[in-house]
Amino acid sequence: MGDLRLVNLTKQFGIFTAVDDLSLTVPQGSFFALLGASGCGKTTTLRMVAGLEEPTTGQVLLDGQDISRLRPYKRPVNTVFQSYALFPHLDIFENVAFGLRRRGVRDVAGRVARMLSLVQLDGYGKRRPAQLSGGQQQRVALARALINEPQVLLLDEPLGALDLKLRRQMQIELKRIQTEVGLTFVHVTHDQEEAMTMADTVAVMNAGRIEQLGAPAELYEYPASPFVANFLGQSNLLAGDVAGKAGDDVEVTAYGSRFSLPAGRCRADAGSVYLGVRPEKLRLAALVDEVPAGHQYVTGVVTDSSYVGVSTQYLVRTAWGTELSVFAPNSGVTEQIPLGADVAAYWHPRHAFLLRREPGAGDATQPLLEPVP
Amino acid sequence: MSTLSRRRGRLSPYLLILPGGLWLLLFFAVPIFQLGVTSLYDPSGSLEQGYAMTWAFGNYADALSQYWPHFVRSLVYAGIATVLCLLLGYPLAYAIAQKSGRWKNLMLVCVIAPFFTSFLVRTLAWKTILSDNGALVGFLRDVHLLDASGRLLATPIAVVLGLTYNFLPFMVLPLYANLDRLDGRLLEAANDLYASPARAFAKVTLPLSMPGLVAGTLLTFIPAAGDYINAELLGTPNEYMIGNVIDSAFLVRLDYPQAAALSFILMAAILAIVFVYIKRAGTDEVV
Repeated sequence: MGDLRLVNLTKQFGIFTAVDDLSLTVPQGSFFALLGASGCGKTTTLRMVAGLEEPTTGQVLLDGQDISRLRPYKRPVNTVFQSYALFPHLDIFENVAFGLRRRGVRDVAGRVARMLSLVQLDGYGKRRPAQLSGGQQQRVALARALINEPQVLLLDEPLGALDLKLRRQMQIELKRIQTEVGLTFVHVTHDQEEAMTMADTVAVMNAGRIEQLGAPAELYEYPASPFVANFLGQSNLLAGDVAGKAGDDVEVTAYGSRFSLPAGRCRADAGSVYLGVRPEKLRLAALVDEVPAGHQYVTGVVTDSSYVGVSTQYLVRTAWGTELSVFAPNSGVTEQIPLGADVAAYWHPRHAFLLRREPGAGDATQPLLEPVP
Repeated sequence: MSTLSRRRGRLSPYLLILPGGLWLLLFFAVPIFQLGVTSLYDPSGSLEQGYAMTWAFGNYADALSQYWPHFVRSLVYAGIATVLCLLLGYPLAYAIAQKSGRWKNLMLVCVIAPFFTSFLVRTLAWKTILSDNGALVGFLRDVHLLDASGRLLATPIAVVLGLTYNFLPFMVLPLYANLDRLDGRLLEAANDLYASPARAFAKVTLPLSMPGLVAGTLLTFIPAAGDYINAELLGTPNEYMIGNVIDSAFLVRLDYPQAAALSFILMAAILAIVFVYIKRAGTDEVV
């Protein structure tokens, strides 16, 4: 099996631990994303796989072989760099042919032509990198790595420099190419949307460790930690305590109210917890009586509303002062709610989740700020 | 915008050129024209009696036939010195630009420091270093690289070493300026694409440093080919270069037409060499 395995991988720069005892397996042929804010160690992890950084301890196994002490030019791994790092003195053809020529592969011209066609740059062979747009350069960088048919293709924020529209387009194209060639892609990004739309498996990294690893929907719908809950999108996390169990449900008290949710939605079943609900899972009702049966609610006052087209985003201030986010779809079914209105924000228990909370930690409703790459 | 200020805007490039242009006209164009005229004077004239303009193109043929060995020697010495400067200067410039870390500025100062003393004094110091009683010659005799009466001073080696020493900074500085801009990520990319460090140097670093390399070799070769101090202080008349001949023609023999003709031949030879070199190196952006 050509799986990529990282085993107890650690990288220290002086006293700073960039990657902390990280272990994970990337199955062959999968599209794997390492997601995290800048400085979380995701790029360092990638560079250790590429061989551009030597691990302090731990192993990088590819197809069962330990490659962690192998020089980068001896590894069957290629990288698409964040800066593209195209060779400015070579034309596009020679840039793409670079790896083939170093390995003495035959039929360079044919392979390069096919690869340029795959990334839709037919006829660009004679141009210099500086004569290409950012998106075209990105595709050259991709072609230059892909043409070597590496066992693992590493992508280091390759879409970071592109504008939003081009980025969406390239995401689709990258995904198409990955499906077409069937290689293992390891994609490093700080853009949660990018990671979720492209990858089969996402590993959320924080401070050199993996916070949670799983399919995008699993990470989003059932986060394992407050960090993940507020890094992937946004969550309303209410500080509470577990009161006990009732059948398959876990009961929670928070701010004098009692809530319950299925045990299968609970990462903790005792002590200090966060009761979490995604903003789009919350609905607003003008009166408590209008809350449908089987739902749970908190009451508050609408303090802000932003109309963003597909939805309207409300802030609802609770009696204890926390502002909850509520995303109401503009499907034409509900009326816009005026500022200052008393409302009940309600949700179905199966849409809530329970996370372990540090005792003393308060409510958390803010998304982590999108870091600048 | 008024017509006046628009006109001033259009004139401003010319106004900017004016001071430098006037300077060059007075102290470069006029003298070189005068030199050209002098080279065609009747060689039988003298400073006291004045020269007659006879379009004496024979001056050139005479100068060449009489002094061609000096021309050849100049180009050979300057060529060897340039190659030595490149071999010494490239690794040095690379180390300063890419590997020196916080020592970078100090190392650059060390490269430039010799300029704080006179060229003449530094060349005289080499006379001491290479002298027959000096430590260097003594050591070379001890290890039998020189025989017991062998010497360095007053040999072609001394002149080439002097030239190499004196012009090394002119090689290092342009190379440094170029290699300092080298993007380390390109080398990482080359490593990632199966190029060993040696291959990455040959395929990425070296081609990208060609503009610096061409500039450095030109800045070394051109003044070295016209130099006469090193040959005079470190060599003998057997090592004299064309600069020594021109020097003596102007100041000792007072043969102005011949001195001017020699100067023009040297200039033409260097221009031809530079032109061919740049064509071959394929770095038109240097000139």
